[in-house]
Amino acid sequence: MRHADKQSDSSLSPALASDPRFTAVERTLKQYQYRPDALIEVLHVAQEAFGFLSDELMDHVARQLKVPLSRVYGVATFYHFFSLEPRGEHSCVVCTGTACYVKRSGEIVKRLEGEFDVKGGNTTADGKLTLSTVRCLGSCGLAPVVVLDGEIAGRSTPDSAAAAAHRLIAEGKPEKKPVAERPRRRGRRGGTP
Amino acid sequence: MIPADLRVMAEQERERQEGFRCRILVCAGTPCLSAGADAVLETLRQGVAEGGLDAEIEPVASGCMGPCSRGPLVKVRSRGKEVIYERVTPESARQILFSVVKGRKPPTVSPLPPDFPFLARQERVVLANSGAINPERIEEYVAAGGYGALSHALHEMTPDDVCREVSLSGLRGRGGAGYPTGVKWSLARKAPGERKYVVANGDEGDPGAYMDRSIMESDPHRVLEGMALAGYAIGAEQGFVYVRGEYHLAGRRLEGAIRDAERKGLLGSRVLGSNFNFRIDIRTGAGAFVCGEETSLMASIMGKRGQPWNRPPYPAQKGLWGNPTLINNVETFAAVPAVVGRGAEWFAAIGTPKSRGTKVYALCGQVEIAGLIEVPMGTTLREVVFEIGGGIPSGKRFKAAQSGGPSGGCIPAAFLDTPLDYESMERLGTIMGSGGLIIMDETSCMPDVASFFLDFCRDESCGKCAPCRVGTVEMHRLLRRITSGTATMDDLAKLEELCELVGTTSLCGLGMTAPNPVLSTLRYFRDEYADHIRQRRCAAGVCAMAESPAPGAGGEALLHAMGVPGEVE
Repeated sequence: MRHADKQSDSSLSPALASDPRFTAVERTLKQYQYRPDALIEVLHVAQEAFGFLSDELMDHVARQLKVPLSRVYGVATFYHFFSLEPRGEHSCVVCTGTACYVKRSGEIVKRLEGEFDVKGGNTTADGKLTLSTVRCLGSCGLAPVVVLDGEIAGRSTPDSAAAAAHRLIAEGKPEKKPVAERPRRRGRRGGTP
Repeated sequence: MIPADLRVMAEQERERQEGFRCRILVCAGTPCLSAGADAVLETLRQGVAEGGLDAEIEPVASGCMGPCSRGPLVKVRSRGKEVIYERVTPESARQILFSVVKGRKPPTVSPLPPDFPFLARQERVVLANSGAINPERIEEYVAAGGYGALSHALHEMTPDDVCREVSLSGLRGRGGAGYPTGVKWSLARKAPGERKYVVANGDEGDPGAYMDRSIMESDPHRVLEGMALAGYAIGAEQGFVYVRGEYHLAGRRLEGAIRDAERKGLLGSRVLGSNFNFRIDIRTGAGAFVCGEETSLMASIMGKRGQPWNRPPYPAQKGLWGNPTLINNVETFAAVPAVVGRGAEWFAAIGTPKSRGTKVYALCGQVEIAGLIEVPMGTTLREVVFEIGGGIPSGKRFKAAQSGGPSGGCIPAAFLDTPLDYESMERLGTIMGSGGLIIMDETSCMPDVASFFLDFCRDESCGKCAPCRVGTVEMHRLLRRITSGTATMDDLAKLEELCELVGTTSLCGLGMTAPNPVLSTLRYFRDEYADHIRQRRCAAGVCAMAESPAPGAGGEALLHAMGVPGEVE
């Protein structure tokens, strides 16, 4: 295998190389045969495993896919999904799509921002809660929608959302879900010429 | 698998289904799952298992049934008859099950009337199987006639025939622009190139639209079959479905569907015993609205930043890795099996002379029943809002319908009788778009709506070309001044000037259409803008007006436009 020696890449710190979450990234790299066009798929897996993309991780991906680090950084900062900073323990996502907007989701955001003293898109100083907004989850029939740690709450009000977020924090750290197994993709195909 | 096997598979599945006294379908689309469909299904399964009714009654997780705001929905189908229950809870599910077993009516829950307009007024072509089959079982799709069109095309039609059929049907792109699908296919077919690609655009970024998500979730095989037909027609062996990152369930179901289809020989090498090979891979978006634009989408598939490039050359000539690439919307592909299977004439008979077939809309906002509908092209807005959607809740008045998302515009009350088709909507200064219809009542303030969309475009602008990157920031700033009561009439003139500039000089669709929400609201609601500026009054009570007009502090916005970090409000 051309890439057999990749595992022992010297740039990788022992802490990261021995991290169990790292195997998911390695597996995806292999699945796609280290093709540069797999960059986004690899970053998806890395983000899902680690919660954010550290410099070291991006550097590693860049080396493995043989693309400049600037391109990895460019892609990671271009797409909203990728985060370069660790997230809070809990997440609260308010949908600000048109249907939710028409049903006043802006008021929910304002209320939460005030209540937790954090701006949308940021994490509270104590690292408990990340408040973010999203442009439409496609659950418009339930507008306005708030997603708390992955659970969708439809027809929310500023009061219900704030109460739910408080409950979330009071319940403590969520059980760390096992790294979701991303559906196996057959990397070999899907053809770059 | 050869065509005869396909028929056997369909026959066996139909027999299996007919073996049940009754099948209870529970909608397992995202909205219904959020409303608790999981628990309902679990209750039904438990009840069936406890009562030893496995051989008689089958609870099924199906796709979307339509009236999403009334979920979870349950459909009871026995001996050719169907009844639908709305807002089902585990408790009422038990009652429904009991009533089915006893052959009685459930005491406290009553089904929707058979002539419930939301369902009765629809004509389902693309959504024919949505809510009627289990999307995770390929057998059910085949039993409903699935892959029949592909089988027919591979063995009875030449690729040219398929292109011709699609052209004759008058099918037009359902993603927004309405480009004739047949023409696109013929171009891709004629384009020289050893390798060709088929791409399904499932990056449904318009806020307030979820037709594609629902189609991919409820009937994934239909999309795959449409893509395979396209592959055969243009001579491609590789397809990609680009699924929006937020749509986990859709991605998962497509993934499973591809695997099943490959296992059965309906995708992969020598499809259905023919010489046609076709593989489909999934690419997941990562949250960028601009990737709905075809050239950006291709950049994203190739693992790059989703920035558009200049056209021509069009993707049909030079797309993925420089090869001819056919890109259609998911809904367009989903219509193709019906076009090929039932014939172009049949399809062309639906709709209006220039806009044929049906269109799926995501009806939401301030409307009694929000959900997914499919109606013939040319259905009037009034029918959609008041007959199908049940009108405006709490006795409020209809003010406008917003279509086409951030690229579209609004249709005011005076034009409620406009037929919804490509041309009529364009005449009103909006676009068909991908099919999001957001209904607004008098509590919506139009300058604020425009500001909302411009904020969206400002945020989503990819930054490649200056008119869009800088223009949207400036336009949003001007709109903010209007909605905060600090604008002058000069600002309004400047805004209109910018609309013209950004619309004509931007590189891709995002920038070219970004001014539409402003132009459209200005066209019909100029008084409201004037009210905000002159009287500093917001009739809808949405905008918080400043105490006194503070002359513009626009420094921050300008810095942002120049790429200097700084919070823009």
